[in-house]
Amino acid sequence: MASARDMRLRIRSVKNIAQVTRALEAVSASKVRKAVDQVEATRPYASKAWQVLQHVAGQPGRSTLHPLLTERSEVKKTLVILLSSDRGLAGAYNTNVIRFNMQQFDNYKNPTQYITVGRKGRDLLMRRGGNVMAEFSDLPAAPSFGDVSAIGHLAVGEFLKGNVDEVYLVYTDFIKMGRQEPVMKKLLPLEVDDSDDLVQEYGQQKTAAAAYIYEPDAEEILNEIIPSFTALQVYQAVLESLASEHAARMVAMRNATDNAHELVGALQLDYNKVRQQAITGDILDIAGGAEALAQSQK
Amino acid sequence: MPIRCEIVSQDKPIYEGDADIVVIPGTSGIMGVLPNHAPVLTTLNFGVVQVRKDGEERNFTVAGGVAEIQPDIVTILADRAENVEKIDIARAEAAQARAKEYMEKGPPPDSDRYLAMSAALRRSNLRLDAVRRYRKSKQHSSRSTEE
Repeated sequence: MASARDMRLRIRSVKNIAQVTRALEAVSASKVRKAVDQVEATRPYASKAWQVLQHVAGQPGRSTLHPLLTERSEVKKTLVILLSSDRGLAGAYNTNVIRFNMQQFDNYKNPTQYITVGRKGRDLLMRRGGNVMAEFSDLPAAPSFGDVSAIGHLAVGEFLKGNVDEVYLVYTDFIKMGRQEPVMKKLLPLEVDDSDDLVQEYGQQKTAAAAYIYEPDAEEILNEIIPSFTALQVYQAVLESLASEHAARMVAMRNATDNAHELVGALQLDYNKVRQQAITGDILDIAGGAEALAQSQK
Repeated sequence: MPIRCEIVSQDKPIYEGDADIVVIPGTSGIMGVLPNHAPVLTTLNFGVVQVRKDGEERNFTVAGGVAEIQPDIVTILADRAENVEKIDIARAEAAQARAKEYMEKGPPPDSDRYLAMSAALRRSNLRLDAVRRYRKSKQHSSRSTEE
């Protein structure tokens, strides 16, 4: 068994780690609250915008309406926007979203390029030889729409230039504190997806098949809303991912703290045993010594 | 049959409810939307959205955005929106004064700050104007009617 001194050091270091993880947990707890507030504040707008986009995409003659709505006859190149975090220590958060991405795109029919948000995703893709076209990291703690709209506009630009033929968004959806799930959403070209939760949620009204009347005119309005609503979907995904990240980190840190406390308990028990044994040994020695002395004096 | 009206601003939902008529400030003119309206997609001007139901009228300022009209629902996605009854007059006046002061200094007209300030000025003008014209309770804030 290890010496008492070694064990004392070990106990101290585990306690220190517990302190650190607890502090990190507290930090994440406050961040997650802010992030969730932000997600929930913008969610209604984003889901309504998505709904409007869906309605527009469901129009008759959509393919000629706007290039961003046009399904290309030949899909050769795919762009994936992958949202991960800059920092680790968030449990399985990054692993989950990246693994999910691999499942979707590792043996995909088309070559895929990536726009990564967050260092972890970028690093992993680079290691695996992924084609990273652009990367965004060091986003502010509470990004505004302006901070991330560049991501969406870049994707729209690449699509319009014909460099890519479809765009997917892979991120982690914040469902509740203890549950976050990686999801994939097709951004471009816009697809009508009746099974989409958002559409169903508000979709009691059946989408009218009739064509819209556009004011002032179709081109102007579609040029304005489709790119900006697409960017908005990216923004919402960034916020969802951020909330998920903090929630995952909070849970991971809480577990780490609990484990550390448990470990300290076990180590303390071992240490006490060792210490007691040492004392017993000392007493026996003294008693033996005294006995021997007494014998010799007789 | 009433028409449903949903007003969502970029940072939060503002209003949701049934209406007999919704008046919206479209870019190409103000339009009144009745139930069973043909589907329309329009951009919005700075202006006031009026929601009327059983003779009761609610007013909301919107500062640009998009409105989608379906036969049974009007969805207004505003860049900014506020309930007229809840506008903080003091704050709007302060913002107006700040923006005016800045504009009077004659800053370069293409800088971001200039654009931001002129947008802020338009918004505060709109707010104050809406309050003057549409607010029912003359006291501001606390006694405003429920949303």
